[in-house]
Amino acid sequence: MKKLAETMRNTKSWSKLLLLVLTYAIIHLLIIFGIIQDFQQITLTTICINIILAVSLNLITGFTGQFSLGHAGFMSIGAYTCALITMRMPTIPGFILGLVAGAVAAAIVGILVGLPTLRLRGDYLAIATLGMSEIIRIVFLNLNITNGAAGLSGIPQFVNWPWLFVFTAGTILLIVNFLKSSHGRACISIREDEIAAEAMGINTTKYKVTAFAIGAFCAGIAGALYASYFFFIKPTTFNFQKSVDVLVMVVLGGMGSVSGSVLAAILLALISTFLQSFSELRMVIYSLILIIIMIFRPQGLMGSKELSLSMLSKLGSKFSFRKGRV
Amino acid sequence: MEQFLQQIINGISLGSIYALVALGYTMVYGIIKLINFAHCDIYMIGAYVGYFCMTFLGIGFVPSLLAAMAVCTVLGVTIEKIAYKPLRNATRIAVLITAIGVSLFLEYGTMFFVKAQVRSYPPLTGLLAETLRLGNISVPMLQVLILAITVILMLLLQFIVNKTKIGKAMRAVSMDQDAAELMGINVDTTISFTFALGSALAGAAGILVGIYYNSINPLMGVLPGLKSFVAAVFGGIGIIPGAMIGGYIIGIVEVLISGYINSMYRDAFVFAILILILILKPAGLLGKNTREKV
Repeated sequence: MKKLAETMRNTKSWSKLLLLVLTYAIIHLLIIFGIIQDFQQITLTTICINIILAVSLNLITGFTGQFSLGHAGFMSIGAYTCALITMRMPTIPGFILGLVAGAVAAAIVGILVGLPTLRLRGDYLAIATLGMSEIIRIVFLNLNITNGAAGLSGIPQFVNWPWLFVFTAGTILLIVNFLKSSHGRACISIREDEIAAEAMGINTTKYKVTAFAIGAFCAGIAGALYASYFFFIKPTTFNFQKSVDVLVMVVLGGMGSVSGSVLAAILLALISTFLQSFSELRMVIYSLILIIIMIFRPQGLMGSKELSLSMLSKLGSKFSFRKGRV
Repeated sequence: MEQFLQQIINGISLGSIYALVALGYTMVYGIIKLINFAHCDIYMIGAYVGYFCMTFLGIGFVPSLLAAMAVCTVLGVTIEKIAYKPLRNATRIAVLITAIGVSLFLEYGTMFFVKAQVRSYPPLTGLLAETLRLGNISVPMLQVLILAITVILMLLLQFIVNKTKIGKAMRAVSMDQDAAELMGINVDTTISFTFALGSALAGAAGILVGIYYNSINPLMGVLPGLKSFVAAVFGGIGIIPGAMIGGYIIGIVEVLISGYINSMYRDAFVFAILILILILKPAGLLGKNTREKV
């Protein structure tokens, strides 16, 4: 019986690996054969960056229950740090250094901001993080080194599909595995009931700050990828609207569902690309979709469920059954 | 010294506008615990209604003010009925996202109809264009008008909340919604009435900011909205006098910082004050700390 469970787990992890490699290979081939062209590659990049942002914010908001509206601030730290380093060292090691430095800087700021503010609850924390991210934006707007409102342009471009894939898959794996560990369980218990968690001996501050730091670290990576792919950043890119966009992805996908965040990130990027041709009405339609989904499905697309392989195979067998009958 | 007093007077004008908007935030938060992100866009709509009344209909300032307040009241209640009421029992974050959706809808819907360009109010005429001289300090009549209207509206609000039956219902619902319902208070009507009051004040603030700064655009509400919310938190969210005091303090601090330190950093200072007050006294200036019980 035990053996059976083990083989099952083994096949499961193997099939997950296979799925990852397949996803990578298919998209890589599509790019090589020119089916995904430059314009679609922009959407692809946006999707990957959005996935990293949404999944990392989901760790903070969906799993740990700490309502943050400051994700754009962490993203901007990663973006500016990476941009400033790669502009001085325009090589691949320079880019890696910039990316790591950006992520670490974002995580450090996350810890510094998190330590005092995470004592606050609910809406107060949201407002404090919002204030923090606005302060970061205003500082970037006024520093000489970041070139003020005009922003930085001509950032060396290194990011392509393999980089995006490694970091997107890496973020998802990091966060999923964190959530499966005892630390992750502690975070979830804080969401469920902070006082009860504390009574059970969980150091709530420590876990809240940990979740915040991991989330900020990943947002820093997303920012670095953004800076390097779009080779132009300015403070208004990382305004309140950006934080809201990420939060919308998390809530739309379902708080506490990693696969939900991934789905929502893909869906929203596609909607946004699709509506590009109706530029004026784009935001109106986007906001209407948002309101309608929230009224009719307030728990988000996935709720707190995960899209898993067994679910997919169930769906698949249903589908093939139907096909067989036809 | 004169310059300082002049700055304070400017700060009071700006603070009046923040206070009017903050009142709407604080009342709605007090009653349904929602940060109504759409509130700042109601303020923007108020500014546009005032603009259209004064430019195209050519009616005077006071009728335009009343028109802006009326349109905003209807808009606020409609938003509450359509977007927030179905979510009365949903999680708070779902309602918050809906509020953000409504906010985006109002901003970009307005942009779709009136285009993104900045528009300017017609120049003031008559008494309003005069300047009052008090020694070496000059006070434009416009600033006197802003302060006067704000004070009248606040007194009116205090009267409604403290002396009327519906005001009593509002206070009861904000204390305990279920108990209020058991006492025979119609909670839905009370919530709608709260939105109506807050939106009317936001509409008034919108037209005042229009004549004060003389330029409006569809995204004008975002930053003042955030700062008004800061003002509401500063004074103690859910407390009506707190929002008034908070609004004036934030307005004066902002003007002093742009006057004496660096105008580019004024917003950063406002948010820094917010974070400080949240850490030191999360309940706000007038709020009482409550301990959470299991």
